[in-house]
Amino acid sequence: MTAYAELSTREAYGRFLVELGKNNSDIVVLDADLSRSTMTKYFAQAFPERFIQCGLAEQNMIGIAAGLAASGKVPFVSTFAVFAACRCFDQVRVSIAQPGLNVKIVATHGGITVGEDGASHHAIEDLALYCALPGFTVIVPADSIETIRAVEVAAVTKGPFYIRLGRPKFPTIYSSDYRFEVGKAVTLRDGDDATIIACGIMVSKAIEAADRLSKQGISCRILSMPTLKPLDNSSIVKAAVETGGIVVAEEHLLDGGLGSRVAQVVASNAPVPMQFIGLRTYAKSGKAEELLEQHGLTASSIEEAVRTVISKKSRL
Amino acid sequence: MAKRLRRHVILMTATAGSGHPGGSLSAADIVTCLYFKVMRHDPTNPKWADRDRFILSKGHAAPILYAALAESGYFPIDELCTLRKLGSRLQGHTDMTLTPGVEMSAGSLGQGLSFGIGVALAARLDNRDYHVYVMLGDGECDEGQVWEAAMFAAHHKIDNLTAIVDHNGIQLDGTCCEIMNLTPLADKWRAFNWSVIEIDGHNISQILAALQNAREAKGQPVVIIAHTVKGKGVSFMENSVDFHGKAPSPAEAEQALKELA
Repeated sequence: MTAYAELSTREAYGRFLVELGKNNSDIVVLDADLSRSTMTKYFAQAFPERFIQCGLAEQNMIGIAAGLAASGKVPFVSTFAVFAACRCFDQVRVSIAQPGLNVKIVATHGGITVGEDGASHHAIEDLALYCALPGFTVIVPADSIETIRAVEVAAVTKGPFYIRLGRPKFPTIYSSDYRFEVGKAVTLRDGDDATIIACGIMVSKAIEAADRLSKQGISCRILSMPTLKPLDNSSIVKAAVETGGIVVAEEHLLDGGLGSRVAQVVASNAPVPMQFIGLRTYAKSGKAEELLEQHGLTASSIEEAVRTVISKKSRL
Repeated sequence: MAKRLRRHVILMTATAGSGHPGGSLSAADIVTCLYFKVMRHDPTNPKWADRDRFILSKGHAAPILYAALAESGYFPIDELCTLRKLGSRLQGHTDMTLTPGVEMSAGSLGQGLSFGIGVALAARLDNRDYHVYVMLGDGECDEGQVWEAAMFAAHHKIDNLTAIVDHNGIQLDGTCCEIMNLTPLADKWRAFNWSVIEIDGHNISQILAALQNAREAKGQPVVIIAHTVKGKGVSFMENSVDFHGKAPSPAEAEQALKELA
């Protein structure tokens, strides 16, 4: 058994695809000259006849995947998140989303933790774009265990999926017996002063923030929200009602990602004070941790945001 | 039969009051040959795994495809008059989830050849011997994705797929020569390592021979460049830029139907 917890999300994905491929001969994998980075190279080595090298042509790759899905295959399409979302959005919209085809887009190198490659390679709009597509399921795993469980579920669930992975190793959140369910939040800590909702790498920051706050007598609920679409509305409303304040943290622009989606649910059902941790603009080159710090995607920012919602709450 | 399909196109677009008659009429003879002579298909079983596939990448020519499907028996001919209406299975551009026999949802140009390659690769993986026909417009060849797909198909030696370019020389804003010159179109495909057959796209025997040769070709994808006339069969629509995306008025439709009697 591979020790997935020790791996980056993309490395875990690449290795797990081989396991999936052993059990399901309908799985085919497409990549656009990035298999050594997305880690689909392992599948290419194990099943060369079911690996389709598309070269640097993402639009064509999406169309091919759609044709394969229409013919009964289960295509997994991988490239960097910037290309998967921005380069071929119209192809995804018309060829996959509108007919609702069974294509699994697993994009690596999401967010600014790509680091040194700079703004062109930082996918910070991808979640807004994929969440805007009716019928798509959009998932941002928090660690490599959640990655393989989400990929496992996607492989056997009909319909289009977008799964966003990262470049670096994420801190381990889950144990190997973790069960992932589409559209379900995971309560990592319970608490009643405020709720922190997070996805991806920000889940670990949320835990750090909650632990610090707990030492100061503030009890936070943490909802890890791997599925951005469909959203777990009932857990969000429950958190709003029971804790009275919500902070959302994501490695994405504040426009159209997890925060604005959660806010829509809160505003429609149980308005409470909210704060949002996310990006306001493009980042530059730098180390992943430096960029997270520079753009306020930190445990300290979350901690401060929690204090802010609690103070607003008391003034209501 | 081609004449019947053309009449359907006129009636459908006139009834709808919108649509794309020009590029439907230019494709009529090729579509007729495919559905009534060449393709292995079963209208009572549209999802038959071994059927040949026709993928209309130029999705705005949906009326000619709907006409062929209705005449083949995929759905009642009466339904053709619902084109573009609320609640109809016959959308303005093709929708594979609604219309029996439609293989791909199209409308944003340039995507069908890629889709067809995916369908052709699935046949290869499953050891099925069906053939995939993809029809593109000539104006559509402005799209970069077409050439991404062309490069891929040749590199991967996709020989269970035939591309057909309905080369009627006219796109929405004017002639292809004015808008974006494709010349030399055949040489472009050859440079992408495709085998090219050029025909008169209204000459039935040339169409049938080309489709036969394309199907038998091995080790290389084949493109049929069909020289056609936009609006073919209706005098005042022939070579008309206006009738790319404009439906005939009732009086024009009456005149057109007389000419197609």
